[in-house]
Amino acid sequence: MSNRLSLSAILLFLFFSASSAQHNVRTERISGSAGDVLEDNPVGKLKVYVYELPSKYNKKLLQKDPRCLTHMFAAEIFMHRFLLSSPVRTLNPDEADWFYSPIYPTCDLTPTGLPLPFKSPRMMRSAIQLISSNWPYWNKTEGADHFFVVPHDFGACFHYQEEKAIERGILPLLQRATLVQTFGQRNHVCLDQGSITIPPFAPPQKMHAHLIPPDVPRSIFVYFRGLFYDVNNDPEGGYYARGARAAVWENFKNNPLFDISTDHPTTYYEDMQRSIFCLCPLGWAPWSPRLVEAVVFGCIPVIIADDIVLPFADAIPWEEIGVFVAEKDVPEVDTILTSIPTEVILRKQRLLANPSMKQAMLFPQPAQPGDAFHQILNGLARKLPHDASVYLKAGEKVLNWTAGPVGDLKPW
Amino acid sequence: MKLSALHQSYLNRRRSPLDSSVDAPSKSFLAVFWLVLHCLCCLISLLLGFRFSRLVFFFLVSTPSSSNLYSPPFRPDLPPPRIDLTPSNATTAEAKTSSSRVVVGRHGILIRPWPHPDPVEVMKAHRIIERVQREQKAVFGAGAKGSRTVIAVTPTYVRTFQALHLNGVMHSLMLVPYDVVWIVVEAGGVSNETASIVGKSGVRVIHVGFDQRMPNTWEDRGKVEVLMRLRALRVVKEEKLDGVVMFADDSNMHSMEFFDEIQNVKWFGAVSVGILAHSGNAEEMVMSMDKRREMEEEESSSLSSLPVQGPACNATDKLIGWHVFNTLPYAGKSAVYIDDVAAVLPQKLEWCGFVLNSRILWDEAESKPEWVKEFGLLNENEGVESPLSLLNDPSMVEPLGSCGRQVLLWWLRVEARADSKFPPGWVIDPPLEITVAAKRTPWPDVPPEPPTKKKDQMSLSQGNNNVVVIPKHQQQQQQRSSKVRKPKRRSKRNKHEAKPTDTATQVSSSTKHHQERN
Repeated sequence: MSNRLSLSAILLFLFFSASSAQHNVRTERISGSAGDVLEDNPVGKLKVYVYELPSKYNKKLLQKDPRCLTHMFAAEIFMHRFLLSSPVRTLNPDEADWFYSPIYPTCDLTPTGLPLPFKSPRMMRSAIQLISSNWPYWNKTEGADHFFVVPHDFGACFHYQEEKAIERGILPLLQRATLVQTFGQRNHVCLDQGSITIPPFAPPQKMHAHLIPPDVPRSIFVYFRGLFYDVNNDPEGGYYARGARAAVWENFKNNPLFDISTDHPTTYYEDMQRSIFCLCPLGWAPWSPRLVEAVVFGCIPVIIADDIVLPFADAIPWEEIGVFVAEKDVPEVDTILTSIPTEVILRKQRLLANPSMKQAMLFPQPAQPGDAFHQILNGLARKLPHDASVYLKAGEKVLNWTAGPVGDLKPW
Repeated sequence: MKLSALHQSYLNRRRSPLDSSVDAPSKSFLAVFWLVLHCLCCLISLLLGFRFSRLVFFFLVSTPSSSNLYSPPFRPDLPPPRIDLTPSNATTAEAKTSSSRVVVGRHGILIRPWPHPDPVEVMKAHRIIERVQREQKAVFGAGAKGSRTVIAVTPTYVRTFQALHLNGVMHSLMLVPYDVVWIVVEAGGVSNETASIVGKSGVRVIHVGFDQRMPNTWEDRGKVEVLMRLRALRVVKEEKLDGVVMFADDSNMHSMEFFDEIQNVKWFGAVSVGILAHSGNAEEMVMSMDKRREMEEEESSSLSSLPVQGPACNATDKLIGWHVFNTLPYAGKSAVYIDDVAAVLPQKLEWCGFVLNSRILWDEAESKPEWVKEFGLLNENEGVESPLSLLNDPSMVEPLGSCGRQVLLWWLRVEARADSKFPPGWVIDPPLEITVAAKRTPWPDVPPEPPTKKKDQMSLSQGNNNVVVIPKHQQQQQQRSSKVRKPKRRSKRNKHEAKPTDTATQVSSSTKHHQERN
């Protein structure tokens, strides 16, 4: 009997190893401590309490402008919806590890669809005042076990212009909280040490509707569609993208290997799937949805943004997947790309073909295992347990409630 | 506005060293001097296209260490003075860690001196692309699902239309995305003609000679072809080739989907073949079609009116019989000899419509099904007509191509006259003797010579559709030659000279022979 059991166990093991070996030809798992984390299941590792804020902070804003659901900052809204029905949510705040406040600071749009960040600091401040007065949990830690989703250009600095954002710095009230943001740049004022960088929102159904068969040969070497000069905001040139996009255009507009232009083709997604490299240069901010699109469509991202911190950088080994080019090396991008050995390129493509890699970049509705929502929760779970110093003694105050520009102190 | 501020600062600057020696005439001189300087600066700015005064101001005002300008060659714009603050912050060591190394503000646009593609890099990029595409093909394309070798069996012999037919088959086989082994069986022994054609294919070729000559009638030719195919199958058995055997008759045309479909065969499969019974006479075709329509109205539709040979299935996609080409309309009017101008009809069941797993032909009966005869024991003299003779039970044949609904290849027989000639290897050697008029005008210089002695030669070339060119010194052998020559143009003056006129170009081996003939 025991012999038969061991025999069947051996057979089962051989069967599974054989089937997994077959699978490895097409895709490669990001193995090691980094990649395995992508497939972690956060359920059971943490508990999140969702504050009940009045609808003027969330639902009313969405009702006023439903475009908030489709622009690239929609992650804040979908995170709220995900948490409401997630198994990590707890209705008992005393056992919660993390507290989430459903605010949509990026939902104040201009007629053309760009978010105005001018009122966001006041909205945040008023929400935090509400939380700290109605619940005791804020004051216990001054927000150190709270997290906020701030997907705007420069995160919690709440401005679209980098100089002004640096001037403002992160909102003083959010100094101790964990920020879930799309902006990430090393040694930058607007990136806090403990923040979690997430990918910008890209509509998964739209991308999946444009998939082409994987045996269509990749015939474009380098692909890019977008602005090189922002004539409206930077007519003299040199400010936008720190001159990197303009350098790309000037150096490679005559190069047939580089399919770059400012067109808006309807076949944009299909063309990405026919390309080997996709340029992801910085714009006014270093991040862009191009990274998500490149990963989903299997095109190796060429990231031209000095000191950028990419999404889930502690879980995804971006060095092995993408190519990093310093901004000063932009004139030599063609030399850099053609001198990458083909074996390395094929390996990067195999890593990109991994479905868990693609899933981690997306915010699908409804949520699926391994998607960006789960990666955020994994990131939060990795920060547990909270350090004992996080908890303040009664009456101890760290935050300065009157810091910041005078305009921020006005009620919202 | 800004300019006035600059003016002020200029004035202030210039005034201070001169303040000590101020007097009225120098003041007015100063004003004039400043006006002249201003005009000069304006003119220079106009020429250069940017604000020259700003450049001067920058060089006067800024400290040398403050520049974060990346020395761009074409963009001399300046950073606004505010930016000078951040680098000065970053110079201290501890400040560097807290503030970003990446500086905000205007940067130069870096352009290399020769912003054009380097050909070496372009070649490298193309090699990368080619390697990536090969990998894609291997992982997702044809090679993904465990592809089997295609073993093509082609009986052929040297004749005028061989190059036409064999090149067609060769190009189809070269496009097949799987491994191909091409067994070419040649009647009359291995020849250089055939070898030179198939040698260019790039696929693995097994060129086998067959000792009989190809006979002159279609019926006998069919029989010899069967023997040649069996000879090829014996090669498969002896060399233990593994794959799917298909019969690519050299005049057939295959679609690429055919090769994809036959990968699915397990032991013995049948596909639908389009039968193109072409006759040289168009009227006859029409007549036979009318007759066929009459017959269809009379009889039941048991006879298929489609020019297709293939498996017939019932509603549940099970093989119940065979669609066979209806030869009745052509009864008595079909071609007998190879060069007859009449419809060439197929056999009862053409071999090209069948494919088999090469393991059927192997010796050891490891996993061969019992309904397959042992190939080694097959007696060829018993009259093997169709590949079904290789089976004990013909009902076990698998219908391919959605149960015969897809016609995946076409059968056609077109040949030239049996005695037609063509240059060996289709290389014309030595060169032709042809006279072609270089100048074509509606009013010729001389009227063309009436064709007198050319008449008998012209009639010959009309009847048959062949062209033969042989060198002039062989012309004496009249029975083997027939020549097509264009009438020569000659000026009246030089009737007896063979000098080429300016209206004619002559390509000939020698003018001496030219004269001889005339």
